[in-house]
Order: sequence, then C-alpha cells, then structure tokens
Amino acid sequence: MNPIDRIFEGEMLDESAWLEIGEFCACLRVDRPWVIELVDAGVLEPRGPSPDAWSFPASALLRARATERLVNDLGVNLAGVALILDLIEERRQLERRLDELERLLER
Amino acid sequence: MRYKDYYQVMGVPRTASQDDIKRAYRKLARKFHPDVSKEKDAEEKFKELQEAHEVLKDPEKRAAYDQLGANWQQGQDFRPPPDWGKGFEYSRGRGGEASGEFSDFFSELFGGQSPFAGARGAGRANRGFAAAGQDHVARVEIDLEDAFRGGTRTIELRSPEMTPDGHVVVKPRTLRVSIPAGVTAGQQIRLAGQGSPGIGGGPAGDLFLEVTLRPHRLFEVDGRDVTLTLPVAPWEAALGETVAVPTLGGSVDMKLPVGARAGQKLRLRGRGLPGNPPGDQIVLLKIVLPPDSPGARQLFEQMKREVPFDPRADLGQ
Repeated sequence: MNPIDRIFEGEMLDESAWLEIGEFCACLRVDRPWVIELVDAGVLEPRGPSPDAWSFPASALLRARATERLVNDLGVNLAGVALILDLIEERRQLERRLDELERLLER
Repeated sequence: MRYKDYYQVMGVPRTASQDDIKRAYRKLARKFHPDVSKEKDAEEKFKELQEAHEVLKDPEKRAAYDQLGANWQQGQDFRPPPDWGKGFEYSRGRGGEASGEFSDFFSELFGGQSPFAGARGAGRANRGFAAAGQDHVARVEIDLEDAFRGGTRTIELRSPEMTPDGHVVVKPRTLRVSIPAGVTAGQQIRLAGQGSPGIGGGPAGDLFLEVTLRPHRLFEVDGRDVTLTLPVAPWEAALGETVAVPTLGGSVDMKLPVGARAGQKLRLRGRGLPGNPPGDQIVLLKIVLPPDSPGARQLFEQMKREVPFDPRADLGQ
C-alpha cells in the first residue's frame, strides 16, 4: 500500500496519560540519573514517593525535551531552565489575558 | 544549490574572532530559540543560525568555508569546487550531531559524504551491533475545528536517516495521521515505529507529534476550555435577553442574567473541546452601543431624563 493511502492512528498522550519512570526514560532515550537531576532542579514534578515509584504526566515529556534544547543550544543550567519554563508559562497566561482584554476593547 | 553566507546569518564580519562568533551565537540563539522566541519564523531562523554556528565555531570548517572566497552572495547559485576539502586535516568523530536538518549547502560541504563528516556510526551495522532507531519529534499545527471534530492531517517530515554505510541523509516523508477529536495544545500523538529505522535489526524509533493549535478568529483556547467574546446590546444585557451564541458545535441559545455587566463571564458547560470530561465554553460579555441614529439618540435622551444614574459616583468628588 502506498504510505500516503494509509492513515496512521497514534496513541494520544493527553493529561490523563501518566508514564512510569522507566517508560518516561525510554520515551526520551535518557538515563534515570538525568531525570532525577531534572526533578531535583524543579524542572519536573513527579507523582510518587521515591524514584522507583515516580510517574510523570505526558506533558513532562515536552518540558524534558525543551530542557535538553535549552541546555544544549543556550548553555543554560537546570535551575535556569526551571525558571525559563515557569516564566514561559506565566507569559502564556498573561498573553491569554491580554488577548481577552483586547477583544473586549476592540469594536 | 544556494550559497549560504554564514557570516551574514550570524551578523559578524569575516574578520570576527572565535569569541565574537560565540557571543553573536549566544545573543541570536536567545532571540530565535523556538522554545522562548516570539519572533516570526523563529524555528527556521534558529536552524539557519545553528548551521552557521556549526561551521564558524570550528576553525577547520571555518577555514575551509573561507577558502570558497568572499565574493559569493547569500542565495547565489553554487557548486562546490572539484578539489573541495583537499589540503585540510580533519578531526574525525565530531560530525555535526544536529546536521540532519541543515541545508543542502551544508550537507554537500560538511555533511554526509564530505571529508568533514564524522566517522560516527560508520561500520556499526557490519559488526552485529544492534540499536533502536532514533525517536523523532515534530510539531503539528491543527485548526481548532479539526481538534473539535477530529480528522486526518497530512504531515510533511524531513527525517535524517542512516544509510547502510553509516552516512546520514535527509529524506522527505509524507504521513497521513488521524487526529482524535478533543486533541489540544500541549498534547502529543505517539506513532510507534515511525521514527528512524533501527540499526542492525534493532526496533524502529517512535514519532512524537507535539500538537499546537492555529489561532482562531473567534475562540481562545485554554486546555479543553474555549473562550468567546460575545458582543451584546445594552438592552440585551440590561433585560437579560436570550441571545444566539456561536460554539464549536454550532449556534446555541443562551439566556443572559438580568443586568449583565461588560466583562462578565458565563459558562456553557461541555461546549468546549470533547474529552473526559469535555471542556466548557466561556462567554465573555462585551457591551456594544448601537451606531448613532436619530432614533437611538432620542431614546438615550429619554434615559438621560428618566434614569437617575451617576456612573462616576464612586470617584467621590
């Protein structure tokens, strides 16, 4: 079959998807100590009492990938990454609020 | 193939020191990094910057690039000289890790078969070495209507792939992907086995599609909730009329509370993006005056006479 005729069904990773630490590492192709470092730096917030029992929301994959890019491309350390990601989220919320207010004002 | 003026991309003169280049890269990387940038085409510009930096930061590559001469213009039609790369000594084993997505110009001069390509990966397949293929991540922008109804999207990808002799080539690839109803920004769709093929019989990598939503004319989206700014006439707000409200699933009637205020938010439960639970639609009220007309003016005059109202009473003067 021509690949263009085939429709691929993917697995949805939404907010209900939580990944055990093993699967989380496998998705990112990273080692466990790197993930523990990200948690210690406050970049990721797992659920569960100890690293073996940790699980992560699928959205943490996005944060971890962004972390790798920011570290490699900009030379930011992990504390800096945690701050950047939090500020980006804050900026997103402010932009949404600003957009809402602008829509109220424009005719 | 088009010539790339790496000095122009980095905004430095050809005489720039390695330190100048490093500083220019850091400054532009902060400006165009796709994770932080608000610039238009940030992703494209950042890729160009990385490519320029990959060459200019490395004295060997920079010297070879400089040998092409200073008379080429950005975008000019270009063929590499037949003796390209001769007379240079190369440090093996550090071919550009991120070079998979660089331009043809870069690939021809510094990637793939060029004398500058790293020896990484070469010969591995012959020695019984097996490894899983690389995962790929691609961003896909979806219309809000598609996110609401679900549908299929055709996605163009440029995937770096390892040839049997250990070189990296970039292959264009088209995939049709089913978009589940209710997908929203920040979610991912994982397509197992659609990343790079494995090496030496290892399993193929996965493809992760990171979803973003294209901005919509009417609706703002936050998770599965959508917000609509709804213009209403002053009397509709004052009297608590029933008005037609557009939603993603079609128009619905909504009764305004008597004395509704501008900026008030009303919630239409379950009218946002589908899911478990489905999102809501927030309706943000905006009170709009009718255009000036003798009739309207006459009624305002009448209100002025008959309605005791001082909108500035709270200012206390």
